[in-house]
Amino acid sequence: MLFKIEPRPDPSKKMKYLSPLIAVVMMLITGLIIFLILGKNPVSAFHAFFIEPVNDFYGLGELIIKASPLMLIGVGLTVGFRANIWNIGAEGQLAMGAVFAGGIAIYFSNSTSVFIIPFMFIAGAFGGMLWACIPAFLKTEFNANEILVSLMLNYVGILILSLLTHGYWKDPNGYGFPQSILFSESALLPILIEGTRLHAGIIISFLAIFIGWIFLLKSFIGFQLQVSGLAYNAASYAGFKYKKMVWFGLLAGGLAAGLAGVSEISGPIGQLLPSVSPGYGFAAIIVAFVGRLHPGGIFLSSLLVALLYLGGESVQMNLDLPSAVTGIFQGMLLFYLLAADFLINFRFKVKSKL
Amino acid sequence: MEQNKFFKFGLCILACVFIVTGFAFPVSSKEKASKEKLKVGFVYVSPIGDAGWTFQHDLGRIAVDKTFGDKVETKFVENVPEGAEAERVIRDLAKSGHDLIFTTSFGYMNPTLKVAKLFPDKKFEHSTGYKVAKNVGTYLCRFYEGRYLTGIIAGKMTKSNSLGYVAAFPIPEVIRGINAFTLGAKSVNPKIKVKVIWINSWFDPGKEREASEALIDQGVDVLTHHTDSTAPTITAEEKGVYAIAYHSDMSKYGPKAHLTATTHVWDKFYTQITDDVLNNKWKSKEIWGGIKDGMIELAPINTKAVPSDVVKMVQKTEKMIVDGSFHPFQGPIKNQKGKIIVKSGSHLTDKDLLGMNYYVEGILGNIPK
Amino acid sequence: MNIDILLNIFVATIAAGTPLVYAALGELITEKSGVLNLGVEGMMLVGAISGFIAMAKTGSLVFAVLCGMAAGILMSLIFAFLVLTLMANQVASGLALTIFGIGISAFIGIDYTSVALKGIPPLNIPFLSDIPFIGRIFFSYDILIYLSLVLLTGIIFFLYKSRAGLILRAIGENPKSGHALGFSVIGIRYLAVIFGGAMAGIGGVYLAVLYTPMWVEGMVAGRGWISIALVVFATWRPLRVIAGAYLFGGVTIIQFHIQGFGIEISSQFLCMLPYLATIIVLVIISRNKNTIRLNSPASLGTTYHPATN
Repeated sequence: MLFKIEPRPDPSKKMKYLSPLIAVVMMLITGLIIFLILGKNPVSAFHAFFIEPVNDFYGLGELIIKASPLMLIGVGLTVGFRANIWNIGAEGQLAMGAVFAGGIAIYFSNSTSVFIIPFMFIAGAFGGMLWACIPAFLKTEFNANEILVSLMLNYVGILILSLLTHGYWKDPNGYGFPQSILFSESALLPILIEGTRLHAGIIISFLAIFIGWIFLLKSFIGFQLQVSGLAYNAASYAGFKYKKMVWFGLLAGGLAAGLAGVSEISGPIGQLLPSVSPGYGFAAIIVAFVGRLHPGGIFLSSLLVALLYLGGESVQMNLDLPSAVTGIFQGMLLFYLLAADFLINFRFKVKSKL
Repeated sequence: MEQNKFFKFGLCILACVFIVTGFAFPVSSKEKASKEKLKVGFVYVSPIGDAGWTFQHDLGRIAVDKTFGDKVETKFVENVPEGAEAERVIRDLAKSGHDLIFTTSFGYMNPTLKVAKLFPDKKFEHSTGYKVAKNVGTYLCRFYEGRYLTGIIAGKMTKSNSLGYVAAFPIPEVIRGINAFTLGAKSVNPKIKVKVIWINSWFDPGKEREASEALIDQGVDVLTHHTDSTAPTITAEEKGVYAIAYHSDMSKYGPKAHLTATTHVWDKFYTQITDDVLNNKWKSKEIWGGIKDGMIELAPINTKAVPSDVVKMVQKTEKMIVDGSFHPFQGPIKNQKGKIIVKSGSHLTDKDLLGMNYYVEGILGNIPK
Repeated sequence: MNIDILLNIFVATIAAGTPLVYAALGELITEKSGVLNLGVEGMMLVGAISGFIAMAKTGSLVFAVLCGMAAGILMSLIFAFLVLTLMANQVASGLALTIFGIGISAFIGIDYTSVALKGIPPLNIPFLSDIPFIGRIFFSYDILIYLSLVLLTGIIFFLYKSRAGLILRAIGENPKSGHALGFSVIGIRYLAVIFGGAMAGIGGVYLAVLYTPMWVEGMVAGRGWISIALVVFATWRPLRVIAGAYLFGGVTIIQFHIQGFGIEISSQFLCMLPYLATIIVLVIISRNKNTIRLNSPASLGTTYHPATN
């Protein structure tokens, strides 16, 4: 029996939603095979990877903390991705958000004002958007490829953060170690539930999902983004302003990444460090794709990708495997998703006879 | 709407996947069995490898295992980055029943304290830091004693009078070592200059190599380092200059280049602390041990290269340090501008040493601000 | 500062730039065919650990290079299959490749961390390398550095003097007309991506086996991204790629030397320069249709659907 690949007359909606599930299942199967090859008992390996990190209340809290920046950035990037604007600079935008907000926390370290936190979020949002402005401006005014510009700016942003923590913003009483002062209470996000590290920053992420849902699926501008993404020519024909879409798409990502940066430093970290993100800006791209550029899907996929982070640390502790396993699973997830997406536009057909 | 229906369908399946994986693998009951044993956790900043800072700590862990046999169970997590991730690892160790946890890098200080607050009945020992709590002690070696001795060898062996130092972070622990090394070298050779390159990482063989090459290219003929890998020793061997290693005896990586090394010995300390915890005698302390306490040792001196009178000189000074008749930071000491900062007849106190943030005379350049 | 130090800096710079030369020349060919592969970092890492293990086991540099190339090719095939056969998005596929490569290389390399390799001394061509000054500048490198120059010559010849190169460039400019002329766009792009993978693999091997020589998790340390920047910085021209590689490689060497001289310039600031320079070049060449056509492959990053023809 032979199979033939043929294009579907219309993209399959069913496959569009099935493909992330196929990807997850394939990822699990491949993971199983990897553990088997390594001679690890797959049951205990899977237990250590997927269950151990979240088998108590505290662990669930950790999962949400990890998922929080991912869903926030994922939704923000989706605004651009839907319009075919490829912002892959979220890692740098996050760093710049942390820089701007961290500056506030450091310079007002003696203040006990309740306005410090809101002020930090405004500054962080500004920082992230400022960093996203650059590719937007260079794209609309000079036609420079936003993928490349935002990619380059990642490193510049990360290096600026590193420069400041190694230099001007180093804790004067920190014996020269590259980290800022510990933020004062007024610059720290309150803990929501005792006994966990769940901080108020997650509210912003949940809000982002909600707002993203309304904005992307129910508003006119969300529709415009979609049209502009589907067909560049059609969009300009319909009178939609492409430049406006570029600005919009990039700034939304920058805003979200900047806010995520603030939540990280005034939440779980509590100070500025030379590095404040274990690659959330890149992982959020996986989250957005696996979530089908849909806020509801992003919510779920952010939990999954967050679990992959926690699982990596867990197998490092329990099975003496490197925590880098996380990267293998994250990479595989996206590979399988991209591969399964093929079935949206194509199908296999049984060839009865040659 | 059809789209919505499929979306919900998708959610259900994804939820099912989560739940099924959850139930398919019941929690093992292994944890309960080992309740009687004292569980001791170690957090390492770099891979254990076969030489270096973490390697020495792991020798200490193995010593604990050997000494107490069935009474303890040790566990280590290696390659844990300093910062937010460290907090999770330390917390996981505490949560999984480790009653005594050693965190072995400066950058673990704040995470250790944060976790210690949440687990008041667990004991924590943080290496190289300066903050303590009721259940957090600190421990450190007087690395500088070894540094001074190796400085004597470097000062005697250099022909270019230019010594090189690959350093990690400009914190007092490292600066103290650079100063002691310089003082030791100057005590036998007033003409020497020490060049320092900071790489801002504890463990990065690539950068360590590049920095070592840069120093050697600039005329350095005795190289030492305060970083974790064997790269400086290997580079020195290749380029035909001398190396003085740190943390571990690295002679097998540079049989010709390796003159000696300042090594750390944690065996005694780790067994002592574990014993204290087992017997409920543990108290938060700030421990700072040197050659006298067996926490610092010089690796065997390469006698093919180092003349015997130099070896004797080193041994003599070592004896004086042990019996207290000599202190490496004993006056007169001049700062970089040539001003006397420690008068003859006195020496720096431990408090001065712990906060050291200046170079002594003979070191080129400035400490990065 | 004397002439010897300058010479030493020069020689060290060439060595530091060489991994970039390989990776960027490979990416150049990939991009010339119209495919943007952001997975260079991942391919380099997997190449590095494969070459390192081969070297540790056999001690043969040739074998190590072959293993590194094979590993790079395998990685690039995943990417090629996704973007060329399954027509997946190139940006996402490339990122996935990098994330995957960082993970899998650390995973494979766990037992090889901080294992020291016996360094391979540079060739030091007899007599020639003894000539003062000139000997040091031209004849004191290891074999892979000379090989990279041979590769450069080959690529220049291939791109601008051969029919195959012409076809490759044509497909990068306009895959549809390439198809109309009877060339297999997908097949040619496969070859270009595979070449990129093989070169990234060699770049990794150079780093792990000759340059450091040691294996550490994530040791490529952003050089893959720099290589991608470099191709843009060089406006897709091979000679400029190699010049840029030494320029960017020099940045890492210079930052340590200036510290040794006691000059205070922050290393972070120096590290930013390559990225900033790349953005500036990109703006200059993109500003109007003519300059962009002259410089970058027109179909770069866009998916080619054979079915829509």
